Amino acid sequence: MPRLNDQIRYWMLVLPALAIMVIFYILPVLGIWEISFTEPATGFGNYVKMTESNAVKTSFILTFRVAAITTVGCLLLGYIVAYAISNFVSRLTPLMMALVLLPFWVSVLIRSFSWIILLGRSGLVNDTLRDIGLVTSPLRLMHNELGVLIAMIHVMLPFAVLPMLANMRGISRSYTDAARGLGASEWTAFRSVYFPQTLPGVFSGALLVFVLSLGFFVTPALLGGGRVLMISEYITYQIQEFLAWGLGSALSVALLVATALVLLIAARFVNLKSALLERN
Amino acid sequence: MSNPILSIRNSVKRYGPVHALDHVDLDVAEGEFLTLLGPSGSGKTTLLTAIAGFTDLSEGSVSLRGRDITNEPPEHRDFGMVFQGYALFPTMTVRQNVGFPLKIRKRPASEIRARVDECLELVQMGAYADRMPSQLSGGQQQRIALARALSFKPQVLLLDEPLSALDKKLRADLQWELKALHDQLGVTFIYVTHDQDEALSMSDRIVILKDGKIQQSGIPDTLYNKPRTRFVADFLGKSNFLSVKVKSREGDHLECVAGEAAFPVDATGHSGTVGNSAEIALRPERIRLTEPGKEFLTGTVKQVSYLGERCQVLLTHSVLGQILVSCPTWKSGINPNPGLQLGFGWDADACVILEAE
Ligand SMILES: Nc1ncnc2c1ncn2[C@@H]1O[C@H](COP(=O)(O)OP(=O)(O)O)[C@@H](O)[C@H]1O
Ligand SMILES: [Mg+2]
Repeated sequence: MPRLNDQIRYWMLVLPALAIMVIFYILPVLGIWEISFTEPATGFGNYVKMTESNAVKTSFILTFRVAAITTVGCLLLGYIVAYAISNFVSRLTPLMMALVLLPFWVSVLIRSFSWIILLGRSGLVNDTLRDIGLVTSPLRLMHNELGVLIAMIHVMLPFAVLPMLANMRGISRSYTDAARGLGASEWTAFRSVYFPQTLPGVFSGALLVFVLSLGFFVTPALLGGGRVLMISEYITYQIQEFLAWGLGSALSVALLVATALVLLIAARFVNLKSALLERN
Repeated sequence: MSNPILSIRNSVKRYGPVHALDHVDLDVAEGEFLTLLGPSGSGKTTLLTAIAGFTDLSEGSVSLRGRDITNEPPEHRDFGMVFQGYALFPTMTVRQNVGFPLKIRKRPASEIRARVDECLELVQMGAYADRMPSQLSGGQQQRIALARALSFKPQVLLLDEPLSALDKKLRADLQWELKALHDQLGVTFIYVTHDQDEALSMSDRIVILKDGKIQQSGIPDTLYNKPRTRFVADFLGKSNFLSVKVKSREGDHLECVAGEAAFPVDATGHSGTVGNSAEIALRPERIRLTEPGKEFLTGTVKQVSYLGERCQVLLTHSVLGQILVSCPTWKSGINPNPGLQLGFGWDADACVILEAE
């Protein structure tokens, strides 16, 4: 039992952050919940409208699909990067680390615009492909789901790499050595001894990327060019274009609940506390 | 050695400017308990992992029963290995860990089950088959690592400081068990340690390493009683070192002097020319303590430490400096106190003439 003095000190340290959270986050979110039940009329009207709308259904399915593919893509690419950084001693290791962390210091907006420059009709990729004669007319690489996915995977990659890296750095080389000493080939040692130990890192990376992707706005909005309406952009449309505050709020609530459900389901398989704090 | 199971020839391992192994030659006899002993950084692990196949030699070769295996990957060598931190696979149960080498070798499930049980019985861990490694104590993990390394009946078992993480009492118990296991199975053991007691108590033969070179090898008794260099005499047990001059020689019998002190030294196998200086090692427990005048030297007690079964006395002598004496408490007879004058002496064969390093 901490002394009273300690408790007072604890609360004094926590209170400012807590106050900011409550005033600028929790209260507005509660406000959204309220609006969803009161605008334009009191009742469940917005929710009924939402469940009956085909557009909403399509957008939700699209959102989950994009989030899922992004997650798989990030895991595949991220696993290789994390594995290389943590298992090979090389002078390139600090450089690779920097390349993983660099995106954190460059705004998402700028990174997404860069993809537009790369993927556009006369962007770098299409120009190059045409110059070397691989295509005659430009490929459609953006303003569609493909473009959104390419950019999303790029933006989300560090969130997959970092937890896996933290996990892999903690795995001693002696396990794979031991497996090989006991007769396992390099591949068997990886598959049956190393890989299972990296699963906690893979799960936390997956969870982080998936949850962040569900509510992501900037990249899908820019690369989708209004043709790939993920749920956040759909909400913005409702509120900005149609001033449908009630429906927009109801959709926000739905997204929040969906995200909470994902975390709840994940909690059955992963230790969320360690997964989200990246302590494996 | 006729028909060694393992031969290491002229092996060198360089890490940049460091020679982790410096022209090491070693033969291992079938079924022997061989210990690689040396201080930290002396190259023990490097030699062991070179045998296991994890370390590529810069020069030299390793052969198994005459077949060159220098370039074979570890998984083809069929040696069991117990790693320093045990390296039990944390995602597998004890049973899966011990059965792992057999599963790799595609043995039928029923055979694996039986063999795992057998191995767990061997290390007295039968009741723990379904635990996870993290649920075991250090000593228990050590036993499982041993069972796992033995499960596929390897020709050679390699152990890298397997007991170093355990407390003293447990370590002593496991030393007996390991030795018993070796005698029971007849498998060749190559055992790495920096602990001289472990080396002396278990080994058929000890190889002492320093800076990647073999200093001396032999049976424990020889190494302890006839160390060749100051390093070996100092590393294996405690020694007093005396700088002396050879005064006269009669056969193998030398008369040595240090200042006014004169004493006999047995020089069997050494050249010890009259007039030359030499360094000799003298074990503390070979020195006799008496009342003053009854031995050929006299010193003053500086410090006494009581160790239960033994008592260590630090004497100062006007010429020889400090001399450490270790005598069994039960028969010391005299009760040494700091400041007391005591006579001390030893038999000629208690002294060993050291080679210059
Ligand atoms: N992977 C490595 N890279 C560089 N130097 C190493 C490496 N492994 C060992 N060494 C060096 O080789 C020497 C012997 O090391 P090691 O065989 O581990 O000694 P021991 O097991 O006797 O403590 C040490 O000086 C150590 O620093
Ligand atoms: Mg070592």
